[in-house]
Amino acid sequence: MPHPGASMNIFSVAGSAMAAQSQRMNVTASNLANAESVAGPDGKPYRAKQVVFEVDASGQQDIGGVKVAGVIEDPSPLKMVFDPKNPHADAKGYVAMPNVNVVEEMTNMISASRSYQANVEVLNTAKTLMVKTLSIGQ
Amino acid sequence: MIDKLDAALRFNREALNLRAQRQEVLAANIAHADTPNYKARDFDFAGRLTQAIEQGRAPQPVQMAATSARHIQADAPPSMLERDLLYRVPNQSSIDGNTVEMDAERINFADNALRYEANLTVVSAKIKSLLSAAQ
Repeated sequence: MPHPGASMNIFSVAGSAMAAQSQRMNVTASNLANAESVAGPDGKPYRAKQVVFEVDASGQQDIGGVKVAGVIEDPSPLKMVFDPKNPHADAKGYVAMPNVNVVEEMTNMISASRSYQANVEVLNTAKTLMVKTLSIGQ
Repeated sequence: MIDKLDAALRFNREALNLRAQRQEVLAANIAHADTPNYKARDFDFAGRLTQAIEQGRAPQPVQMAATSARHIQADAPPSMLERDLLYRVPNQSSIDGNTVEMDAERINFADNALRYEANLTVVSAKIKSLLSAAQ
């Protein structure tokens, strides 16, 4: 590619975006799967996780690929459900359930899937253009 | 004679180069559709093409490698691409500060791809006609 930030090309940019979106999809899958997990390995209820996207700037340029800056835990309070028969219930009979918002996770999943598709199309277009460029003058 | 061949293809070469650069910028916009605070970028294609034809391509900045803390730091000026990149003004603002509008970016991307292909066709036809003139 013609300019100095060699790491900045369509394939690496769209590829990093696809990787980031699939990580977001993984986290969503984990949240949905654990929406009812009363106790995790540490004995505490599961907390919803969210990925944070960031620009992976190359050198001086502030454009570049996507990078997952980290996975954060949702700090919102746990859902308290009255269920005195549950072994995890506290003295008042309430069980702390994960703070996963299933509706939010579903929209997150759809958004991640659409963004992934958009990047696949970008890759396909770029590939077609490259192949055509290779056949210049033939 | 070679410089005449070069001159014949120069306009299309510069146009293709800029189309490829714009394609990268638009691909980055689409990639960052979900990144908070990302600002969509683009550049003025016609202005950049005129500049490239009239003044030639700007030289690539060279960064000095500083391998010791006592070396004088010589930071290269920002590259041509970075200096001329503009920010897109969004039609609708979003709550996370992201200004990528997927529909507009997709349209620009498809339009740019089509123009790139058209340019390739023109270059191929030009090479063919030069070849037939040479034979």
